[in-house]
Amino acid sequence: MATHDATGTAAPLPRPGPWQSIVADVSSDQRAFKGVPWGKPMMWIFLLSDTFIFGSFLISYMTVRASTTVPWPNTSEVFSLMMFGRNVPLLLIAIMTFVLISSSGTMALAVNFGYRRDRKTTFMLLIATAALGATFVGMQAFEWYKLISEGVRPWGNPWGAAQFGSSFFMITGFHGTHVTIGVIFLIIVAVKVLRGDLDQERPGFLTGRRGNYEIVEILGLYWHFVDLVWVFIFAFFYLW
Amino acid sequence: MEHTDHPHAAPAGEHPGAHAQGQQHPLGIYFKIWALLFVLSAASYMVDYMHVQGLLRWTLIIVFMLLKAGLIVSVFMHMLWERLALVYAILVPPLLLMVLLGIGALEADYTLLTRGAFFAPEIKQPAPPGH
Repeated sequence: MATHDATGTAAPLPRPGPWQSIVADVSSDQRAFKGVPWGKPMMWIFLLSDTFIFGSFLISYMTVRASTTVPWPNTSEVFSLMMFGRNVPLLLIAIMTFVLISSSGTMALAVNFGYRRDRKTTFMLLIATAALGATFVGMQAFEWYKLISEGVRPWGNPWGAAQFGSSFFMITGFHGTHVTIGVIFLIIVAVKVLRGDLDQERPGFLTGRRGNYEIVEILGLYWHFVDLVWVFIFAFFYLW
Repeated sequence: MEHTDHPHAAPAGEHPGAHAQGQQHPLGIYFKIWALLFVLSAASYMVDYMHVQGLLRWTLIIVFMLLKAGLIVSVFMHMLWERLALVYAILVPPLLLMVLLGIGALEADYTLLTRGAFFAPEIKQPAPPGH
Protein backbone atom coordinates (compact mmCIF):
# COMPACT_ATOMS: atom_id res chain seq x y z
CA MET A 1 0.00 0.00 0.00
CA ALA A 2 2.60 2.55 1.11
CA THR A 3 4.79 2.40 -1.97
CA HIS A 4 5.40 6.12 -2.15
CA ASP A 5 7.05 8.32 0.47
CA ALA A 6 4.60 11.10 1.09
CA THR A 7 6.55 14.06 2.36
CA GLY A 8 4.57 17.05 1.16
CA THR A 9 0.88 17.58 1.77
CA ALA A 10 0.23 17.56 -1.94
CA ALA A 11 1.28 13.94 -2.33
CA PRO A 12 -1.56 11.41 -2.33
CA LEU A 13 -2.02 9.70 1.00
CA PRO A 14 -2.34 5.92 1.20
CA ARG A 15 -5.89 4.74 1.05
CA PRO A 16 -7.08 4.29 4.65
CA GLY A 17 -8.42 0.98 5.91
CA PRO A 18 -12.03 0.63 7.14
CA TRP A 19 -11.32 1.66 10.72
CA GLN A 20 -9.09 4.56 9.71
CA SER A 21 -11.89 5.77 7.44
CA ILE A 22 -14.32 5.75 10.38
CA VAL A 23 -11.89 7.65 12.59
CA ALA A 24 -11.18 10.11 9.80
CA ASP A 25 -14.90 10.66 9.19
CA VAL A 26 -15.82 11.10 12.83
CA SER A 27 -12.89 13.38 13.64
CA SER A 28 -13.02 15.39 10.43
CA ASP A 29 -13.40 19.12 10.39
CA GLN A 30 -16.75 20.66 9.43
CA ARG A 31 -18.12 17.65 7.62
CA ALA A 32 -18.44 13.97 8.48
CA PHE A 33 -19.47 11.29 5.95
CA LYS A 34 -17.50 12.86 3.09
CA GLY A 35 -19.01 12.42 -0.33
CA VAL A 36 -22.47 11.62 1.03
CA PRO A 37 -25.08 14.25 0.14
CA TRP A 38 -26.08 15.90 3.42
CA GLY A 39 -29.76 15.17 2.99
CA LYS A 40 -29.14 11.44 3.28
CA PRO A 41 -27.53 11.43 6.75
CA MET A 42 -30.27 13.84 7.87
CA MET A 43 -32.98 11.43 6.74
CA TRP A 44 -31.08 8.54 8.33
CA ILE A 45 -30.88 10.39 11.65
CA PHE A 46 -34.62 11.10 11.49
CA LEU A 47 -35.23 7.42 10.78
CA LEU A 48 -33.00 6.54 13.72
CA SER A 49 -35.21 8.62 16.01
CA ASP A 50 -38.26 6.95 14.47
CA THR A 51 -36.66 3.59 15.18
CA PHE A 52 -36.62 4.51 18.84
CA ILE A 53 -40.28 5.52 18.75
CA PHE A 54 -41.42 2.27 17.15
CA GLY A 55 -38.97 0.34 19.29
CA SER A 56 -40.53 1.83 22.40
CA PHE A 57 -44.02 0.96 21.15
CA LEU A 58 -43.10 -2.64 20.43
CA ILE A 59 -41.27 -3.03 23.74
CA SER A 60 -44.17 -1.59 25.73
CA TYR A 61 -46.45 -3.96 23.80
CA MET A 62 -44.17 -6.81 24.89
CA THR A 63 -44.31 -5.57 28.49
CA VAL A 64 -48.11 -5.38 28.69
CA ARG A 65 -48.54 -8.69 26.90
CA ALA A 66 -46.05 -10.46 29.18
CA SER A 67 -47.51 -9.01 32.38
CA THR A 68 -51.22 -9.65 31.85
CA THR A 69 -52.86 -12.53 33.68
CA VAL A 70 -55.65 -12.73 31.09
CA PRO A 71 -54.88 -14.68 27.89
CA TRP A 72 -53.97 -12.65 24.83
CA PRO A 73 -56.50 -12.77 21.95
CA ASN A 74 -55.49 -15.19 19.21
CA THR A 75 -54.43 -12.83 16.38
CA SER A 76 -54.62 -15.65 13.87
CA GLU A 77 -58.39 -15.84 14.49
CA VAL A 78 -59.01 -12.16 15.17
CA PHE A 79 -57.56 -11.11 11.81
CA SER A 80 -59.00 -13.96 9.76
CA LEU A 81 -61.32 -13.32 6.85
CA MET A 82 -64.18 -15.41 5.47
CA MET A 83 -63.15 -16.45 1.97
CA PHE A 84 -64.84 -19.11 -0.17
CA GLY A 85 -66.89 -20.25 2.77
CA ARG A 86 -64.04 -20.81 5.19
CA ASN A 87 -61.94 -18.79 7.59
CA VAL A 88 -58.48 -17.99 6.22
CA PRO A 89 -56.20 -16.86 9.07
CA LEU A 90 -54.45 -13.49 8.80
CA LEU A 91 -55.48 -13.17 5.15
CA LEU A 92 -55.88 -9.40 5.10
CA ILE A 93 -52.57 -8.90 6.93
CA ALA A 94 -50.77 -11.17 4.46
CA ILE A 95 -52.18 -9.22 1.51
CA MET A 96 -51.17 -5.94 3.19
CA THR A 97 -47.65 -7.29 3.66
CA PHE A 98 -47.37 -8.20 -0.02
CA VAL A 99 -48.77 -4.83 -1.08
CA LEU A 100 -46.21 -2.99 1.04
CA ILE A 101 -43.30 -5.12 -0.20
CA SER A 102 -44.39 -4.52 -3.79
CA SER A 103 -44.42 -0.78 -3.12
CA SER A 104 -40.91 -1.07 -1.70
CA GLY A 105 -39.78 -2.76 -4.90
CA THR A 106 -41.27 -0.08 -7.15
CA MET A 107 -39.69 2.57 -4.92
CA ALA A 108 -36.23 1.01 -5.26
CA LEU A 109 -36.66 0.97 -9.04
CA ALA A 110 -37.85 4.60 -9.00
CA VAL A 111 -34.62 5.67 -7.26
CA ASN A 112 -32.60 3.80 -9.86
CA PHE A 113 -34.45 5.30 -12.83
CA GLY A 114 -34.24 8.73 -11.21
CA TYR A 115 -30.45 8.64 -11.27
CA ARG A 116 -30.69 7.61 -14.93
CA ARG A 117 -32.65 10.85 -15.55
CA ASP A 118 -35.56 8.81 -16.91
CA ARG A 119 -38.33 11.19 -15.90
CA LYS A 120 -41.31 9.34 -17.31
CA THR A 121 -40.42 5.95 -15.80
CA THR A 122 -39.49 7.49 -12.46
CA PHE A 123 -42.82 9.30 -12.34
CA MET A 124 -44.77 6.16 -13.19
CA LEU A 125 -42.92 4.12 -10.57
CA LEU A 126 -43.43 6.78 -7.89
CA ILE A 127 -47.14 6.96 -8.67
CA ALA A 128 -47.33 3.15 -8.55
CA THR A 129 -45.65 3.25 -5.15
CA ALA A 130 -48.10 5.89 -3.94
CA ALA A 131 -51.04 3.84 -5.25
CA LEU A 132 -49.83 0.72 -3.45
CA GLY A 133 -49.30 2.76 -0.28
CA ALA A 134 -52.82 4.17 -0.53
CA THR A 135 -54.13 0.63 -1.02
CA PHE A 136 -52.34 -0.39 2.14
CA VAL A 137 -53.87 2.48 4.12
CA GLY A 138 -57.29 1.62 2.71
CA MET A 139 -56.98 -1.99 3.83
CA GLN A 140 -55.84 -0.84 7.24
CA ALA A 141 -58.89 1.42 7.49
CA PHE A 142 -61.05 -1.60 6.64
CA GLU A 143 -59.26 -3.63 9.32
CA TRP A 144 -59.88 -0.91 11.92
CA TYR A 145 -63.53 -0.68 10.87
CA LYS A 146 -63.91 -4.45 11.17
CA LEU A 147 -62.29 -4.64 14.60
CA ILE A 148 -64.14 -1.62 15.98
CA SER A 149 -67.48 -3.03 14.81
CA GLU A 150 -66.59 -6.31 16.52
CA GLY A 151 -66.17 -4.42 19.79
CA VAL A 152 -62.42 -3.81 20.09
CA ARG A 153 -61.70 -0.67 22.08
CA PRO A 154 -58.46 0.68 23.57
CA TRP A 155 -59.80 -0.36 26.99
CA GLY A 156 -61.19 -3.79 26.15
CA ASN A 157 -62.28 -6.38 23.66
CA PRO A 158 -64.49 -9.50 23.62
CA TRP A 159 -61.66 -12.04 23.38
CA GLY A 160 -59.21 -11.49 26.22
CA ALA A 161 -56.58 -9.09 27.54
CA ALA A 162 -57.72 -5.47 27.44
CA GLN A 163 -54.24 -4.33 26.44
CA PHE A 164 -54.74 -5.88 23.00
CA GLY A 165 -56.84 -2.97 21.80
CA SER A 166 -54.55 -0.21 23.01
CA SER A 167 -51.47 -1.89 21.57
CA PHE A 168 -53.21 -2.53 18.26
CA PHE A 169 -54.55 1.00 17.78
CA MET A 170 -51.34 2.64 18.92
CA ILE A 171 -48.90 0.60 16.84
CA THR A 172 -50.88 0.19 13.62
CA GLY A 173 -52.24 3.72 13.91
CA PHE A 174 -48.78 5.21 14.14
CA HIS A 175 -47.56 3.05 11.29
CA GLY A 176 -50.58 3.96 9.14
CA THR A 177 -49.89 7.64 9.79
CA HIS A 178 -46.36 7.13 8.52
CA VAL A 179 -47.64 5.42 5.38
CA THR A 180 -50.14 8.24 4.79
CA ILE A 181 -47.44 10.91 5.12
CA GLY A 182 -45.27 8.82 2.80
CA VAL A 183 -47.99 8.73 0.15
CA ILE A 184 -48.31 12.54 0.27
CA PHE A 185 -44.52 12.87 0.10
CA LEU A 186 -44.45 10.45 -2.87
CA ILE A 187 -47.05 12.42 -4.82
CA ILE A 188 -45.19 15.70 -4.24
CA VAL A 189 -41.89 14.24 -5.45
CA ALA A 190 -43.58 12.48 -8.39
CA VAL A 191 -45.02 15.81 -9.58
CA LYS A 192 -41.60 17.45 -9.22
CA VAL A 193 -40.01 14.69 -11.28
CA LEU A 194 -42.62 14.93 -14.04
CA ARG A 195 -42.38 18.73 -14.24
CA GLY A 196 -38.61 18.47 -14.63
CA ASP A 197 -37.91 20.43 -11.44
CA LEU A 198 -35.07 18.08 -10.59
CA ASP A 199 -33.44 18.18 -14.02
CA GLN A 200 -33.59 21.97 -14.20
CA GLU A 201 -32.56 22.35 -10.53
CA ARG A 202 -35.55 24.55 -9.85
CA PRO A 203 -35.74 25.72 -6.22
CA GLY A 204 -38.24 23.91 -4.03
CA PHE A 205 -41.34 25.77 -2.80
CA LEU A 206 -40.55 25.16 0.87
CA THR A 207 -36.79 25.10 1.27
CA GLY A 208 -35.72 27.03 -1.81
CA ARG A 209 -32.94 24.50 -2.39
CA ARG A 210 -32.13 23.49 -5.91
CA GLY A 211 -33.78 20.28 -6.99
CA ASN A 212 -31.78 17.15 -7.73
CA TYR A 213 -32.41 13.44 -7.89
CA GLU A 214 -31.03 12.83 -4.41
CA ILE A 215 -34.46 13.73 -3.04
CA VAL A 216 -35.87 10.64 -4.74
CA GLU A 217 -33.35 8.47 -2.91
CA ILE A 218 -34.06 10.27 0.38
CA LEU A 219 -37.78 9.70 -0.14
CA GLY A 220 -36.89 6.08 -0.87
CA LEU A 221 -35.13 5.79 2.49
CA TYR A 222 -38.28 6.97 4.24
CA TRP A 223 -40.51 4.62 2.27
CA HIS A 224 -38.31 1.57 2.82
CA PHE A 225 -38.24 2.39 6.52
CA VAL A 226 -42.04 2.27 6.62
CA ASP A 227 -41.83 -1.18 5.05
CA LEU A 228 -39.11 -2.14 7.52
CA VAL A 229 -41.27 -1.19 10.49
CA TRP A 230 -44.10 -3.27 9.06
CA VAL A 231 -41.77 -6.28 8.96
CA PHE A 232 -41.33 -5.98 12.72
CA ILE A 233 -45.02 -5.29 13.42
CA PHE A 234 -46.02 -8.26 11.26
CA ALA A 235 -43.64 -10.54 13.15
CA PHE A 236 -44.28 -9.38 16.70
CA PHE A 237 -47.88 -8.23 16.71
CA TYR A 238 -49.61 -10.44 14.16
CA LEU A 239 -47.58 -13.66 14.07
CA TRP A 240 -46.29 -13.99 17.64
CA MET B 1 -14.86 9.41 -3.52
CA GLU B 2 -13.56 6.52 -1.49
CA HIS B 3 -16.98 4.96 -1.36
CA THR B 4 -16.87 3.98 -5.02
CA ASP B 5 -14.57 1.01 -4.49
CA HIS B 6 -17.44 -1.47 -4.53
CA PRO B 7 -18.32 -3.70 -7.48
CA HIS B 8 -21.61 -1.99 -8.27
CA ALA B 9 -20.34 1.56 -8.39
CA ALA B 10 -21.15 2.25 -12.00
CA PRO B 11 -21.35 6.03 -12.31
CA ALA B 12 -24.22 7.38 -14.35
CA GLY B 13 -22.22 7.29 -17.55
CA GLU B 14 -24.43 9.07 -20.04
CA HIS B 15 -25.31 11.89 -17.67
CA PRO B 16 -22.21 13.22 -15.96
CA GLY B 17 -24.15 15.80 -13.99
CA ALA B 18 -23.10 17.65 -10.90
CA HIS B 19 -24.77 15.00 -8.70
CA ALA B 20 -23.62 11.90 -10.52
CA GLN B 21 -22.22 10.22 -7.39
CA GLY B 22 -25.61 8.85 -6.33
CA GLN B 23 -26.19 5.19 -5.61
CA GLN B 24 -26.43 3.47 -8.98
CA HIS B 25 -26.60 -0.30 -9.20
CA PRO B 26 -27.75 -2.80 -11.82
CA LEU B 27 -31.50 -3.37 -11.86
CA GLY B 28 -31.14 -7.13 -11.48
CA ILE B 29 -30.20 -6.94 -7.81
CA TYR B 30 -33.43 -5.10 -6.97
CA PHE B 31 -35.57 -7.70 -8.70
CA LYS B 32 -33.71 -10.52 -6.95
CA ILE B 33 -34.15 -8.92 -3.51
CA TRP B 34 -37.78 -8.15 -4.31
CA ALA B 35 -38.45 -11.80 -5.15
CA LEU B 36 -36.57 -12.92 -2.06
CA LEU B 37 -38.69 -10.62 0.13
CA PHE B 38 -41.84 -12.14 -1.36
CA VAL B 39 -40.58 -15.64 -0.65
CA LEU B 40 -39.63 -14.75 2.93
CA SER B 41 -43.00 -13.08 3.56
CA ALA B 42 -44.81 -16.12 2.20
CA ALA B 43 -42.66 -18.32 4.42
CA SER B 44 -43.47 -16.32 7.55
CA TYR B 45 -47.16 -16.40 6.64
CA MET B 46 -46.92 -20.17 6.21
CA VAL B 47 -45.61 -20.39 9.80
CA ASP B 48 -49.02 -19.17 10.95
CA TYR B 49 -51.01 -21.01 8.29
CA MET B 50 -49.44 -24.38 9.14
CA HIS B 51 -50.01 -23.76 12.88
CA VAL B 52 -46.37 -24.18 13.81
CA GLN B 53 -46.27 -23.66 17.59
CA GLY B 54 -43.83 -23.21 20.42
CA LEU B 55 -40.12 -22.59 20.16
CA LEU B 56 -39.96 -23.47 16.47
CA ARG B 57 -42.61 -20.85 15.66
CA TRP B 58 -40.77 -18.08 17.51
CA THR B 59 -37.43 -19.04 15.99
CA LEU B 60 -38.82 -19.08 12.46
CA ILE B 61 -40.64 -15.76 12.94
CA ILE B 62 -37.47 -14.08 14.24
CA VAL B 63 -35.25 -15.57 11.53
CA PHE B 64 -37.54 -14.55 8.66
CA MET B 65 -38.03 -11.11 10.20
CA LEU B 66 -34.29 -10.47 10.56
CA LEU B 67 -33.58 -11.72 7.03
CA LYS B 68 -36.24 -9.41 5.58
CA ALA B 69 -35.06 -6.45 7.63
CA GLY B 70 -31.45 -7.10 6.65
CA LEU B 71 -32.27 -7.29 2.94
CA ILE B 72 -34.33 -4.09 3.03
CA VAL B 73 -31.70 -2.11 4.93
CA SER B 74 -28.65 -3.40 3.10
CA VAL B 75 -29.90 -3.39 -0.50
CA PHE B 76 -33.04 -1.25 -0.83
CA MET B 77 -31.68 1.39 1.54
CA HIS B 78 -28.17 0.99 0.07
CA MET B 79 -26.47 0.42 3.44
CA LEU B 80 -24.24 -2.18 1.76
CA TRP B 81 -22.52 0.53 -0.26
CA GLU B 82 -22.61 3.40 2.25
CA ARG B 83 -19.56 4.79 4.07
CA LEU B 84 -18.64 2.63 7.04
CA ALA B 85 -18.85 5.59 9.44
CA LEU B 86 -22.45 6.22 8.36
CA VAL B 87 -23.32 2.53 8.64
CA TYR B 88 -22.08 2.37 12.24
CA ALA B 89 -23.58 5.75 13.15
CA ILE B 90 -27.01 4.45 12.15
CA LEU B 91 -26.93 0.75 12.99
CA VAL B 92 -25.22 0.80 16.41
CA PRO B 93 -27.51 3.19 18.39
CA PRO B 94 -30.64 1.01 17.97
CA LEU B 95 -28.82 -1.68 19.95
CA LEU B 96 -29.56 0.53 22.98
CA LEU B 97 -33.14 -0.68 22.61
CA MET B 98 -31.88 -4.04 23.88
CA VAL B 99 -31.40 -2.36 27.28
CA LEU B 100 -35.00 -1.14 27.21
CA LEU B 101 -36.04 -4.63 26.16
CA GLY B 102 -34.27 -6.12 29.17
CA ILE B 103 -35.81 -3.56 31.54
CA GLY B 104 -39.24 -4.18 30.04
CA ALA B 105 -38.89 -7.94 30.41
CA LEU B 106 -37.85 -7.62 34.08
CA GLU B 107 -40.67 -5.19 34.79
CA ALA B 108 -43.25 -7.39 33.09
CA ASP B 109 -42.03 -10.39 35.03
CA TYR B 110 -42.36 -8.52 38.32
CA THR B 111 -45.81 -7.17 37.44
CA LEU B 112 -47.04 -10.64 36.55
CA LEU B 113 -45.66 -11.94 39.82
CA THR B 114 -47.44 -9.30 41.92
CA ARG B 115 -50.64 -9.69 39.94
CA GLY B 116 -50.46 -13.40 40.56
CA ALA B 117 -49.97 -12.76 44.29
CA PHE B 118 -52.77 -10.21 44.68
CA PHE B 119 -55.29 -11.36 42.10
CA ALA B 120 -54.65 -15.05 42.53
CA PRO B 121 -58.20 -16.32 41.81
CA GLU B 122 -58.08 -14.85 38.35
CA ILE B 123 -54.89 -16.59 37.37
CA LYS B 124 -55.99 -19.93 38.83
CA GLN B 125 -59.02 -20.23 36.60
CA PRO B 126 -58.31 -22.89 33.99
CA ALA B 127 -60.46 -21.31 31.26
CA PRO B 128 -60.99 -17.55 31.59
CA PRO B 129 -64.40 -16.22 30.59
CA GLY B 130 -65.02 -15.35 27.01
CA HIS B 131 -62.45 -17.67 25.51
